[in-house]
Amino acid sequence: MTISYSSCAIAWRAILARPYFTSLVTVVLLLLMFGLGSFAYTGFFSLQVVCNLLIDNAFLLVIAIGMTFVILSGGIDLSVGSVLALTTMVSAYLLQVWHWPALSVMVVVLLLGAAFGAFMGMLIHFFKLQPFIVTLAGMFLARGLCYLISINSITIDNLLYVAMSQTRISVASAFVSPSVVIALLMLALAIYLAHYTRFGRAVYAIGGNEHSALLMGLPVGRTKIAIYAFSSSCAALAGILFSFYMLSGYGLHAQGTELDAIAAVVIGGTLLTGGYGYVAGTLTGVLILGVIQTLIAFDGTLSSWWTKIVIGALLFIFCLAQRLMSLGAERAGNMPGNTPAETSKVQATARSAA
Amino acid sequence: MSASMNSKLFAGQDERAPARRWQQLLQHPLLRPVAALAVLLLIDLFLIPGFFRIELKDGHLYGSVIDIFNRAAPLMLAALGMTLVIATRGIDISVGAVVAIAGTVAAMLIGGTVVMHNGVPEYASNMPMGWALAAALGAALLCGVWNGLLVAGLGLQPIIATLILMVAGRGLAQLLTDGQIITVYYQPFFFLGGGYLLGLPFSLFIVAAMFVLLAVLMRKTALGLFIQAVGINPVAARLAGIRTAALILFVYVFCSLCAGMAGLMISSNIKSADANNAGLLLELDAILAVTLGGTSLAGGKFSLVGSVVGALIIQALTYTIYSLGVPPEVNMVVKSVVVFLVCLSQSPEFRRLSSSLVKS
Repeated sequence: MTISYSSCAIAWRAILARPYFTSLVTVVLLLLMFGLGSFAYTGFFSLQVVCNLLIDNAFLLVIAIGMTFVILSGGIDLSVGSVLALTTMVSAYLLQVWHWPALSVMVVVLLLGAAFGAFMGMLIHFFKLQPFIVTLAGMFLARGLCYLISINSITIDNLLYVAMSQTRISVASAFVSPSVVIALLMLALAIYLAHYTRFGRAVYAIGGNEHSALLMGLPVGRTKIAIYAFSSSCAALAGILFSFYMLSGYGLHAQGTELDAIAAVVIGGTLLTGGYGYVAGTLTGVLILGVIQTLIAFDGTLSSWWTKIVIGALLFIFCLAQRLMSLGAERAGNMPGNTPAETSKVQATARSAA
Repeated sequence: MSASMNSKLFAGQDERAPARRWQQLLQHPLLRPVAALAVLLLIDLFLIPGFFRIELKDGHLYGSVIDIFNRAAPLMLAALGMTLVIATRGIDISVGAVVAIAGTVAAMLIGGTVVMHNGVPEYASNMPMGWALAAALGAALLCGVWNGLLVAGLGLQPIIATLILMVAGRGLAQLLTDGQIITVYYQPFFFLGGGYLLGLPFSLFIVAAMFVLLAVLMRKTALGLFIQAVGINPVAARLAGIRTAALILFVYVFCSLCAGMAGLMISSNIKSADANNAGLLLELDAILAVTLGGTSLAGGKFSLVGSVVGALIIQALTYTIYSLGVPPEVNMVVKSVVVFLVCLSQSPEFRRLSSSLVKS
C-alpha cells in the first residue's frame, strides 16, 4: 500500500517536473471549456464551431506566434496591434489609390513590417534601450502613421482580397478560410524555427540568460534584431489576414490586440521572464481566448465585458500556477526551466551592483 | 609662502568655480526635460499669438498656460504615482483601468436625481459626496493592494501582474455600469475637475498637495532612500534589512490611489463616467512622462519634479499640435519621435557614439 502510494507520488512529481506540464494543463482546460460548452448549449459541439474559432482568430494566432519568440527571448513587443493596423492601412492605400497589384502589395507590406521590427530591434540592442519603451514608441508611431495616410476607413475591393475573404476550403463537414491555412502554415514554420534551428536555440538561450548567451559566443545582437523583425513581420502578415477578414484598412483596427497576444502567450505556458515555453502552447492560448468569446456569444445573456473579466481571471490563475510550480521546484531542489535563469539573473545583478 | 600658495590655490579654484558650476548645471538630470519644455514653450511663443497672455475673468485666470496646467493635472497625478513604482524597477500598466473604476464608482454613487426643493427642481446626490469619493478612492486602494500583493507577495513580474487588472479592470467597471455611460448631474462634483480656487483651477491644488506630500515623504523620511535602494538592487536591499515586500506593496497602493484621484478628476471634468474610454492609454502617457522626466525604467534614482515636467511636456506638445492646426492624429507620430529621441539621449551607448562622432 505504502509502496504504491510513494510510487504514485513519484510518478506525479515526475509529471509535474516535465517541461510541458503547463502546456498540458492548458490543453486539458481547453477541452474542459469546450466540453462545458457542448453540454450547455445546443449546436456547440460541431466541427464548424472549431473551424470558426480558427477563422475568427487566425490573425491573432499569427501575431501571438511572433510575440512568443519575443517573450521567449525575455522581451516584449507592444507595437504589434498598431503594426497590424498600419499594414491594413498601407495595403488598402496601395491597392485602392495607387492600384498596385495585390501580390506586390503583400510583399511590400511584409518587408515594411520586417524593417519596422528590425529598426526597433536595433534600438533595443545597440543602445541598450528597454524593449517596453521602444515598442511603446513604435506603437504610437505605427498608429500615428495610419492616421497620416487617412483618418477614415478605406474599403478594399481588390479581386484577390475579395476572393481570399470569400473562398471556403471544406474540411470534412465544415469549412475554413484560406487565412486559417496560412496561419497554420506559419505555426508549423514557427515550431520548426523555435525547436530545430540555431536561431531558435539562440532565442531560448538569450531568454534564459543574455549574458551567458553572449559568453557562449551566440550571436546575441543579430538574434535579437531578427526576433523583433520576425515579430513585426508576423504582425504585418496578421494585418494581411485581417484585411482579408475585414476587407478594409482602418487606423482603429485591432486596438488592444497586443494585450490579447500577450495573454494568449502567457496562457499558452510561456514564461514572461523568458527562456521557457512552447510555440505550440500559443495555439492553445489563442484557442482558449476564442472559446471564451464563443461561449459568451452562445450564451447570449452574458455581455461582452465578461470576456475581459474571464481573460483577466485566467491570466491570474495561470500566472499563479506558474509561480507556485516554480517555487515548488525550487524547494524540491530540481529546478526546471526558469528558476536557474532567475537565480543567475539575480546573482548577475548582485555582482554588477557590487 | 604657504599662505600665498594657499591663496593662489583658492584663487585658482575661484576662477574655475563658475566653470565647474556650469558643468554641474549641464550634468543636472533635470536639465534635459526642462530644456525640452522651454523649447516647446519658445515655439509656442513665436507661433501662437497671445500664448502667454493670461486674463482675469470673473475672478478666474484664463490663458493657454493655465489651460495646459489644468489639462495636465490627471496626468501629473498618475505620473507621480508611477514614478515611485518605476523607481522600484516596477511598472503599473493598470492605471487606465483604475481611472475607469474610480470614476465609475464615484459617478454611480453620486449620480444625481431630481429633487424638488422649495418648488425648484434641483439635483441631489444619491449618497453624500464625501462618502462617494471615499468609496471611489477605496476601490482604487483595493486595486493597488491587489497589484501590490501580486508583485510583492507572489513575486510576479510587474508588467504581467498589472496586465491582469488592466484587462479585467475595464470589464469590472463596465459590469458595474452595465456597459452604459453614466452621467452625473450633481453640481458640487464638478468642482473637483472644473472648479476654481483663488483664481486657479482647483485640480492644480490637488496635484500640488500630492506633490508636497510626496516630496516631504521622500526627502524628510528614509522612504525615498529605501525606494531607491530597492530599485538599485532588491536583493541587497532586503539583505540590508529593508522590508522590501511592504515597500513594494506601498508603492503600488500609492500609484493606484493617484490613479483613482486622476479618475475622479477626469470624470468630474467630463461630467460622466465612461468605463470604456476614461483614462484610455493614460498608463502609457504616465510612463512616458516619467521617462521624459529622466527617471530610468531600470529603477533606482527618480525625480518627482522631472515627472511633473514630463507630464507638462506631453500636454504642451498636445496643445501646440492642436493650436498649430496640425491634424490631431499627427500627435501620436510626434509623441513617438519624442520618445525615441529622449530614450536615445538617456542611453550611455548613444552618448558615447555621438561624442566619438563629434570628435572625429
